Amino acid sequence: MKKYDVVMIGGGHNGLVTACYLQRAGLDVIVLEKNAWVGGAATSRELTPGFLYSNCSYVCSLFRPEIMRDLELPKHGLQVISYEGGAVFTRDGDYLASYRDHDSHRREFARFSKRDAEAYDRYARDVTRQCRFIQPLLMRTAPDPFSFKPRDLQELLYLAKKFGDFSPAEMAATLRFWTMSISDFLDEYFETDVVKAYLALSGIIGTALGPMSPGTAYVLLHHYMGEVDGSVGAWGYARGGMGAVTSALASSFKASGGTIRTGADVTGIMTHRGKATGAVLADGEEVLGKLVVSNADVKRTFLKLVDESALPERFLHRVRHFKMRGSSGKLNIALDSLPEFPALPSGSSCIRGDLHFTDTIERMEKGYDDWKAGRWSADPFVDMMIPTTLDPTMAPPGKHFVSCFVQYCPPKVEGNDWTDADRDAFAETVIKQISDYSPGFRERILHMEVRTPREIEQEVGLTEGNIFQGELTFDQLLFNRPVPGYAQYRTPVRGLYICGSSTHPGGGVMGAPGRNAAAEILRDLRHAPSHMSSAHDVI
Amino acid sequence: MMHLTAFNRAEQGHILTPRLETPFHERLAALSETNEWYSWAGYKAPHSIFDTELEYFAIRSTSALFDISPMVKYRIRGADAARYLNRLTVRDVAKLGIGRVHYTAWCDDHGHVLDDGTLFRLAEDDFRLCCQERHLPWLLDSADGFSVEISEETAEIAAVALQGPTAFAVLEGAGFAGVETLKPFQLAEFPHADGSVTISRTGFTGDLGYELFAPAKAALSLWDRLWAAGGGFGLKAIGYDALNRARIEAGFIVANADFITAEAALHADRERLPDEIGLDWLVDPQKPYFNGRDAILKARTKRTLKHVLVGLEIEGNIPAEGAIVYHRGKKEVGLVTAAIWSPLAKRNIAIASLSRPFGASVTDNLWVEIYAMRELQYQKLMKRARVVPRPFVKLERRSATPPGRF
Ligand SMILES: Cc1cc2nc3c(=O)[nH]c(=O)nc-3n(C[C@H](O)[C@H](O)[C@H](O)COP(=O)(O)OP(=O)(O)OC[C@H]3O[C@@H](n4cnc5c(N)ncnc54)[C@H](O)[C@@H]3O)c2cc1C
Repeated sequence: MKKYDVVMIGGGHNGLVTACYLQRAGLDVIVLEKNAWVGGAATSRELTPGFLYSNCSYVCSLFRPEIMRDLELPKHGLQVISYEGGAVFTRDGDYLASYRDHDSHRREFARFSKRDAEAYDRYARDVTRQCRFIQPLLMRTAPDPFSFKPRDLQELLYLAKKFGDFSPAEMAATLRFWTMSISDFLDEYFETDVVKAYLALSGIIGTALGPMSPGTAYVLLHHYMGEVDGSVGAWGYARGGMGAVTSALASSFKASGGTIRTGADVTGIMTHRGKATGAVLADGEEVLGKLVVSNADVKRTFLKLVDESALPERFLHRVRHFKMRGSSGKLNIALDSLPEFPALPSGSSCIRGDLHFTDTIERMEKGYDDWKAGRWSADPFVDMMIPTTLDPTMAPPGKHFVSCFVQYCPPKVEGNDWTDADRDAFAETVIKQISDYSPGFRERILHMEVRTPREIEQEVGLTEGNIFQGELTFDQLLFNRPVPGYAQYRTPVRGLYICGSSTHPGGGVMGAPGRNAAAEILRDLRHAPSHMSSAHDVI
Repeated sequence: MMHLTAFNRAEQGHILTPRLETPFHERLAALSETNEWYSWAGYKAPHSIFDTELEYFAIRSTSALFDISPMVKYRIRGADAARYLNRLTVRDVAKLGIGRVHYTAWCDDHGHVLDDGTLFRLAEDDFRLCCQERHLPWLLDSADGFSVEISEETAEIAAVALQGPTAFAVLEGAGFAGVETLKPFQLAEFPHADGSVTISRTGFTGDLGYELFAPAKAALSLWDRLWAAGGGFGLKAIGYDALNRARIEAGFIVANADFITAEAALHADRERLPDEIGLDWLVDPQKPYFNGRDAILKARTKRTLKHVLVGLEIEGNIPAEGAIVYHRGKKEVGLVTAAIWSPLAKRNIAIASLSRPFGASVTDNLWVEIYAMRELQYQKLMKRARVVPRPFVKLERRSATPPGRF
């Protein structure tokens, strides 16, 4: 029976990144993906003829350019298009737009407050400073503060030195930033509700916390430290939807000789004397490997696939308590024509960016209150985007694909499993909100895919539908992600590695967990990762 | 008063003109032969109007009109205005008489310079602060506990600089009677159309010159009045490139060109104390408490100042823009932030930021490495540099009162 060098469980983008690097290093790698397609939370699927949906993730910024280059993804079809700003609609019929042009952006804010307009630069400066600190950590394995291996000490020193280079004022600012709520943070700069509501979004996306919960300022950073072609903080559309990222990865992987099997649902990880030996599929087939890597989240991997009796108690305890709470849903909609927003002047560029309908932080927080009570938000926060305003490949001419990311949406409805009726009612809440600002929106709908945490978990395997494979709060970052002592992609089972977003530096279509995991595996195999670029300089 | 929502909506259309036109734009556009525009704080501003070389000589030989409307302007009024500004800025505002202007700077709590600018005392409790960057949140936050009203009036006030040896003659010809009594850094109001214009004897060229401030709606008639009078005195409209040459000769610094303002700096080590950018002479340790005072004085007594801004004279005639400065030709000690061949001084001059003690106690044996691109090949030159006082040129006519007519 064939034995692969590496069996990869899951064909999400991180699994594919790891697989690509390992295959390029000369190993024989097989990717086992339970779905009939690859991509995990980064896919594009045609569910109604002529329309391609970015089913889960929908915008690209975090994906590391070093990886795109190393794995030759442009050659395999990846193109990321930068887009401009967006707008939040206010209940009085106005909107606050965000523009790329610095002075237009200031004038737009000045419509609401001259002070806030002039405060934006200081805000952006402070956030950028924090990003510049974090960015170089993305493409490095976090040090293990409990090991006294020279490498860990060296990495700890690196961290300490970076921190030590700070002035006391900067150090204080950083510690505050990591622990503050996004609402408190914004209050220090801005006075206008709508300005704060607009900027707060990045602090709560994908997170089961409200804008007033401590720790959400850091989540903002996570959404700010990406880039499009060197423009830090910018976001773009992957041409052809987010599936373009993973189809390019799959193509690159296959081009270097790798094997992908879709429809291969792994039900167990085989071990022999504490060492992983392969994966068992739903039909009982065994796929043998010298090493096994799991792209599934940490809960799925250790609570569902590995025999729990083979795992240390404290480790299991930590895995069980790793916070992975679903908080988001998604509507993917095929529209007959471009929606109209009477509040926007005709020809406004805003329609090509993020559109929101939540104009105060209080409304967001109330939405979170509903989540705590086990209900989807009656007045949800929606991040609506129309990629087809810039990407001609996703819908027939004149028609549009609309992606609506929705928060908050609980993993269970008042303690019960989601029903189809719940799902439809959830969708209706969202459509109603959009229709309030876009008359005729409902009539334009040709097809719609509604995804609550139930659908996201069932399809992508994200436990509870948590989009980041575990929340990005500071207690679950760096050497605490996912479990202290196991933050270096290795696990208590010899020969079993994890490479998904549950690991450092976390979620989003970033690829860094997958790349770092490949580096550690190659290190264990004493293979020089010569084909792996180190992180771009932050100067 | 318009309802707030209605006001906000009326302003939505700003995005249709992402580059605003200053109140003088119509005239500049009509005169522009080169059509070389850039964005100055979101306004269309000319690099040049007809010929940078000749525009420069208009400043130095006849007179030049330079539109400074995009300069950021704040109005500070109220019973505590002087006390407030004294706490805000490093120079003593109590010494700034009514109808006087002074150059000043303001700092954050760490003594790092937020900006430099000019402060106009229009009346006992009415001031105008002009600067390069925007500071409304800082100004408002600093106003806690003071009875002051602060407003941003950049768009409402048109401003134009009239500089050069015939500047006074032009004003006189335009009928601004009494302008001859203005001493340097003095201002007065003069009737214009159905209102008035504030004229100060200030400028950014080191030459005889004035700056005129008027409500935006009076801009064109003011321009026309000057232009009509200027015909016989060689008055020309100029762009920034010519002005920049004159300001380097005068040794003036530009925020976020010759130093990085504290609120803009992404790298904490780019922030500068006043003494590190040649503004030590503004700081008045005798006056009541002002923001940044303790940090500045501490750095002085503990001798922890890290940088110094100096004027350099460089051998040869190749401008050293962006050049690295070395000590003994080997040790890197700083950077040239602005440099030109000075037509007036006939010297190769530069402004540079150096790491102390170089440029402060160690001034010998400094060199600059100039990379001069000539027909797709870099000529690498290592040239000796001498620390010299700024301004690089000093003109008697700048301060002569009454001023000369040419
Ligand atoms: C609705 C939604 C919107 C999002 N929006 C954005 C966004 O706009 N931008 C952004 O950067 N990020 C976004 N994210 C987050 C981002 O998509 C994820 O963090 C990221 O894609 C996770 O990638 P991964 O490779 O780590 O894991 P996954 O994508 O979760 O991949 C895991 C893979 O393993 C497979 N798998 C699991 N169990 C098994 C098994 N037993 N056998 C075989 N295969 C298995 C799954 O099918 C899946 O393909 C979003 C996520 C969601 C859900």
